[in-house]
Amino acid sequence: MSTNTPLLRVRDLRTQFHTDQGVALAVDGVSFDLKAGKTLALVGESGCGKSVTAMSILRLIPSPPGKIAGGTIEFEGRDLLGASDQDLRKVRGNDISMIFQEPMTSMNPVFRVGNQLTDVIRLHRGSSKADARREAIALLAQVGIPAPEERIDDYPHQMSGGMLQRIMIAMALSCQPKVLIADEPTTALDVTIQAQILELLKSLQVSKGLAILLITHDLGVVEEVSDEVAVMYAGKIIEYSARTSSLLETPRHPYTQGLYASLPSMQRGRTRLHTIPGSVPAATQFPSGCRFHPRCPHALPVCKETAPPWTPLENGSGVACWLHAEAKP
Amino acid sequence: MKAYLIRRLLLIVPALIGISAISFLAVQLAPGSPIYMVLLSGRGNGNEGADTQKIIEDTKRLYGLDKPVPVQYALWLGRLAHLDFGNSYKDQRPVREKILEALPVTLELNVLSILLIYLISIPIGVYSAVHRGNKIDNALTVLLFLLYSLPSFFAAMLLMLLFCGGEYFNWFPAFGLHSLEADSWSWGRYLLDHFWHLVLPVLCLTYGGLAGMSRYARAGMIETIRQDYVRTALAYGFPERTVIYKYAMRNSLIPIITLAGTLLPALIGGSIIIEQIFSIPGMGRLTFQAILARDYPVVMGTLTFSALLTLLGLVLTDVLYAMVDPRIKYE
Repeated sequence: MSTNTPLLRVRDLRTQFHTDQGVALAVDGVSFDLKAGKTLALVGESGCGKSVTAMSILRLIPSPPGKIAGGTIEFEGRDLLGASDQDLRKVRGNDISMIFQEPMTSMNPVFRVGNQLTDVIRLHRGSSKADARREAIALLAQVGIPAPEERIDDYPHQMSGGMLQRIMIAMALSCQPKVLIADEPTTALDVTIQAQILELLKSLQVSKGLAILLITHDLGVVEEVSDEVAVMYAGKIIEYSARTSSLLETPRHPYTQGLYASLPSMQRGRTRLHTIPGSVPAATQFPSGCRFHPRCPHALPVCKETAPPWTPLENGSGVACWLHAEAKP
Repeated sequence: MKAYLIRRLLLIVPALIGISAISFLAVQLAPGSPIYMVLLSGRGNGNEGADTQKIIEDTKRLYGLDKPVPVQYALWLGRLAHLDFGNSYKDQRPVREKILEALPVTLELNVLSILLIYLISIPIGVYSAVHRGNKIDNALTVLLFLLYSLPSFFAAMLLMLLFCGGEYFNWFPAFGLHSLEADSWSWGRYLLDHFWHLVLPVLCLTYGGLAGMSRYARAGMIETIRQDYVRTALAYGFPERTVIYKYAMRNSLIPIITLAGTLLPALIGGSIIIEQIFSIPGMGRLTFQAILARDYPVVMGTLTFSALLTLLGLVLTDVLYAMVDPRIKYE
């Protein structure tokens, strides 16, 4: 397969939650491609729909109240949204695996970490108990767990968050998946541990040719590991760049600019940290027109009325903003 | 764990002393007295006036009731140290013997009842949690609430009226543990007859706890299936059945097991009424009749035994707790 054909194609994904306050349009028309061996970062503030996007791919949205209302998700040309539960289970953890934000709560507290790992290996590969255990020990060594043949019999509460995230990564890799979805994998960890985990993900990606969908709110993390970036705001992708460095050098969308300006920086010296005024609107009552307009410093009259069209830029990048649109109404 | 267990078992001793002291006082404070019972039984013998006073004095001396209450208690405790509970005022038989006859009966009722409560309430709870909000869950909610609110003595009399040969059905025996001629039967028939007798009493002891416990099981499972690790198991391709019955189940059992400790005292309390209604010669009936007869040694004996059972039940709960939850370690 050439690197240009995407492994994972998401088109016009719409995931909604039916709440007492109305229908929350958590993900509202998101499209992106994930290519083999590449890392796509999905960036945005809390509540912008990036985690829901990630959960929708493996249909992990709790229903009710959640519902994938439209769009398509294709993995290697196979439709995941229409797949039977049985077919989907063969994809989960096997072709596409996932690691989560809170390693402490994502592992089952009453089972040994080794058993949780070998259960996955045995489920998808049908290995014997002994083989699965050998495999698990090798995986733990690979993700940098010291004394893996002892730690494999620990319970989650006997391990640190960083260790557990390594174990989650080992579990994610156990069936040699093609796609890894990492939902804020370093958010709950100390900064030094964060760097180690990112380093590990990067090296594993190179050695295994994994495609990674990295969900994060941290532009520092994006800069560190990702090849491509999609910025999400209020359920939509508002800017996409095929090269992370070019997005970070010249962010186009005022929201991306705001996010970037909010990063603490050594160069800018000890000034007050920039913030974007206001907060992400609730998904049940998005503003009209461009959903960012109430917080945008450059808002035009048209922004209030009509949602901006997608404006393609060089190398397949693009932005949804009236400031960059060619034809303004 | 071993050291912890030994410590917990040793702690039972002071707890029992405390419980028995309070019971002893409460029994003595209750209106009525064994002397009155003796007088009642002696009435009509022509012993009147001065003789009555003599009988009172004699009985007091005989039972040791002439001494102050704290001294009586100390003497009782002293005898208890060599497992002597005294003799019954009613038939002069050793209390220990009477209790050892009655205890297996009550234990059988309660163990059956606890087993049934757990065996039935956990599947009901899990089903309701997984299908929460559907018609069956709603129907179960109403039904269990009704059962929970129904007093067991009322249910027992209603069942007896319906099924024990009154005007309606003659399906179950109304009293005892065996039919009169059961001793001459083969052991298979004997056993069947025995279980036949147990159906209604066990049912009465079970349904209330069952109703409560299945609500706890439901709540525990609903809480558990919201957890991140359940999502993880789903994300790694395990079928929903495996996720619920393997990965979620063990976590949701933890709070339910703790409740076993509260179940036992309630069941022992319930036994008093149910055994009396169904004329079952267990601890409950023994206690009830001893209270009516102001048979102090028997009352104290059964109370102490029930307290001991409850305390042992609590220790057992803690042990089970550590077995299902590896995060709990007793040092």
